[in-house]
Amino acid sequence: MALVNRIANLFRRSKVDRDIDDELQAHIALRTDDNLAAGMTPTQARREALLRFGNPVSTRERATAAEVTLSLETLARDVRYVVRRVRRSPGFAITAILTLALGIGANVVVFSVLNSILLRPLKVANPYRLFQIVQTQQGYDNQSYPDYLDFKARNATFSDMTAYRLGFTGLSAGAGGAQKYMNYEVSGNYFDLLGIQPALGRFFHQSDEHGPNSAPYIVLSDHLWRARFNADPNIIGTTVDLNKHPFTILGVAPANFNGTEIFLWPEFWIPIVNEEQIEGYNFLVKRFNHGLFVIGSIRPGVSPQQATDNLTTVAHQMTREHPKEDDGLGARLVKPGLMGDVFGGAARSFLTAMMVLAILVLVAACANLAGICAARAADRTRELAIRLSIGSTRGHVMRQLLTEAIVVSIAGGVAGTIVSVALLGALSRWQPIPQYPIHVAVVPDVRVYAIAILLSLLSGILPGLLPARQIWRTDVTQAMRSGTATANLIGRFSVRDILLGLQIALCALLVTASLVSLRGMERSLHAPLGFSPQDAMLAEADLQMAGYSDATALPMQRRMIDEAARIPGVIGVGTIDQAPLTGGGSSTPVYRDGTADLRQSNAVTGAKYFSISPGYLVAAGTRLLAGRDLSWADTATAPGVAIVNQTFAHSMFGNTPAVGQHFLGAGNDRYQVVGVIEDGKYDSLTENPQAAMFLPLAQSSDNNTTLVVRSQLSSAETASALNRVLTGIDSSLPLSIRPWPDALALALFPARIATMALSVMGILAAILAITGVFGMAAYSVSKKMRELGIRVALGARRTQIMRSALGRPLLLLFSGSVTGLVLGVLASRLLAQLVYQATPRDPLVLLGAVAAMTIVGLLATWIPASRALAVDPALLLRNE
Amino acid sequence: MGKADSSKNDLQGNLDLLVLKTLAHAGSLHGYGIVLHIQRASDELLNVEEGSLYPALHRMEQSGWVASEWAFTETNRRAKYYKLTAAGRRQLEAAQENFDRLVRGVRAVLRYA
Repeated sequence: MALVNRIANLFRRSKVDRDIDDELQAHIALRTDDNLAAGMTPTQARREALLRFGNPVSTRERATAAEVTLSLETLARDVRYVVRRVRRSPGFAITAILTLALGIGANVVVFSVLNSILLRPLKVANPYRLFQIVQTQQGYDNQSYPDYLDFKARNATFSDMTAYRLGFTGLSAGAGGAQKYMNYEVSGNYFDLLGIQPALGRFFHQSDEHGPNSAPYIVLSDHLWRARFNADPNIIGTTVDLNKHPFTILGVAPANFNGTEIFLWPEFWIPIVNEEQIEGYNFLVKRFNHGLFVIGSIRPGVSPQQATDNLTTVAHQMTREHPKEDDGLGARLVKPGLMGDVFGGAARSFLTAMMVLAILVLVAACANLAGICAARAADRTRELAIRLSIGSTRGHVMRQLLTEAIVVSIAGGVAGTIVSVALLGALSRWQPIPQYPIHVAVVPDVRVYAIAILLSLLSGILPGLLPARQIWRTDVTQAMRSGTATANLIGRFSVRDILLGLQIALCALLVTASLVSLRGMERSLHAPLGFSPQDAMLAEADLQMAGYSDATALPMQRRMIDEAARIPGVIGVGTIDQAPLTGGGSSTPVYRDGTADLRQSNAVTGAKYFSISPGYLVAAGTRLLAGRDLSWADTATAPGVAIVNQTFAHSMFGNTPAVGQHFLGAGNDRYQVVGVIEDGKYDSLTENPQAAMFLPLAQSSDNNTTLVVRSQLSSAETASALNRVLTGIDSSLPLSIRPWPDALALALFPARIATMALSVMGILAAILAITGVFGMAAYSVSKKMRELGIRVALGARRTQIMRSALGRPLLLLFSGSVTGLVLGVLASRLLAQLVYQATPRDPLVLLGAVAAMTIVGLLATWIPASRALAVDPALLLRNE
Repeated sequence: MGKADSSKNDLQGNLDLLVLKTLAHAGSLHGYGIVLHIQRASDELLNVEEGSLYPALHRMEQSGWVASEWAFTETNRRAKYYKLTAAGRRQLEAAQENFDRLVRGVRAVLRYA
């Protein structure tokens, strides 16, 4: 309190001055009164009083100084004292500051990511009222356009709702060729609902929508406007071509608005009513086509629960009206910006786990710091005892120790924060997957810095208190006599030992976990994917973008296959609408042959569906287990056929052979199974086996074309040959050619992130464990030097010396490692969600973890051990 | 002057003690009152200088030994009154103890010297 007073006094010095002045004047007046009473004349009385008082100005100055600076001075003195002490033992300071910088840095980084992904709302007006409306079933996060319109019209709890869809569209302006950009197709009220104002020009509004293809407008992002149009303000009102349709540029969005998805930033926005020009088909009237994200703004005073109940009622009503398309429709509200809840859920559990790990790392750092502080306090027992005996209060000594801890922790916190802000900057510029505009924008805000300061102070004060407790119990005479309180510090397990043990366990846990995920990563590259990406090239050509219609696309696709097959070295060519594991592929319900009522609850299963050309299976390296490949004879007029995978065959037909049997698709189309292929991975590496069906290109035409080319030549040779051949067919064709393994970046992304994060955490924990064990071993050896000297003099063997000097640290190292390994094995179950086949039952993982902990142990105890062995009894005994 | 100087030197170290003791005895007193009390109680032997008293009072207030408030004297002048706090009382005991020890020590030395 007194300190606060004093600091406050600094800022109202004039008031203090006046106060003291008044006091001194009162003194002189009182003396004058007495002098008058003693019979002096008024002039005499006053003069005598002033004379006696001496120089009032200097008195006032000194009284003021006492008032203002007293405790600030002691504080400054404490800090100076600390700095002097720290400078005298830089090893201690550097270790402590680095330890804390690591711990705090890790926390700042993880917290910033968590903050910007999970906590910070979208940068729009009223962000806390915005919710994304997803379906109740996990994984069904999209709505159809008719459902969106019904939700919007019939609810009573939202002031408005907007819908948007993510896509890639080719944009060409002037003479240049088309380039593919990520864009949002949005409902007309999108910008108005979010409360965004244009930086230039205007936005489109609901009033601009007059039915399909009525609003050929485009709003540019600030980035695209600068990158593609050189920030030209005269661009407003001009026309660009989107997939060969003219659109008028209305305006430019502000630089800080990057759409409503945290990771996927659009380069431009267009009205959803014009989607047919872009997509080539009209989904606006298709109630079963679920591809939109819907965001609603809750009315003031309505709780999310009330809104959910309201939407659920509406959804049930819609199910009654459209029993087929809206079967099982429900409503759930989630935080917007994370591609519905699938991504949000995974991100949430992963980031929460990382936050826990980061906090554990900080706890380990604090444990280290506490150990170092306690060791120093023990070394200073004698000095402190002297200070106590010559009149220092315990409180004062404690304050000094605390000041020391806090000065060190603030230095550590500042260092950690600086490093992590630099790291976060790098993370923000990082483009994890080149062909997706993924932005991990993690800009630290006030909340992050507040956390950093809080953590620094906490991690300074708590470890500082541990030795303080020791001071409290110091028996002055005892401490002076024996020099150091060695006996009760080393004698039994102390809090420090337990902290160190925990730290080693944590390190072992992280090392195990990162090894498990590393191995999982490695294994996933050789996992049974249902295709073999090695030696295969993917050439993605957007025929819709190049202006091909459904009718003209098929001959073009066939020509591409024929031309590619003629390239020397090519041993297989085929097309698929979207290659598995590249972030696409839709699912559709399938029914047993003869089902009359095609509502979703009567479906046997949901099946991924792909449209492939003959030859795709060979090119992709997918094994055909029974039946035949598709052929060009399976034309649009021929009976419907399909190739299904094992999971499909088993769930549809049980144990009877699938080939030759029939099933029904969502549109009551009847398919005959002509072949069965092996199971594969379609959406993610960690998914469970999914049913999938492959339909002939001619019977399910699709403008998305991925040419799969298997070749014996190197990928560079194949790529250049492919490029030459395909542009020879149509020079305006937008092409992207890459080796198939490269295209798996998206599928490997979660595992890669998890492995990276765990490895970093593991390395941090290892560094902390090494410094912790090292500190303890070094301290224990230096305390025992005298004892060791005597034992060497009495003829003790080296092993006995080692056991005496390092027994405790090694015991801790061993038990901590075992605990950590066991925990790591248990924690791997959590990892299995992110990393393919994360299993600790892998001799390499266990061996690796044991080896890592052995190295940690060796590194940490090497120097203390050699010091203990090099003990020279004669020298030692003489010195003591 | 010589005598006054020596008494001043002794005083400097023990001014705090004198002030604390005065306040313990008198309860609540303003600065001028403290000067008068010490003068009277020491049979005019000790003369506290205002130039030392006020800085000392303010220092003691910051250390939490004394507390102050503005009040009116009998002659209706506004003055700042000081009184002892609990911490001040403890400090007084410690200072008194120290002083007694110092006196015993000095006496003992004088006896043998």
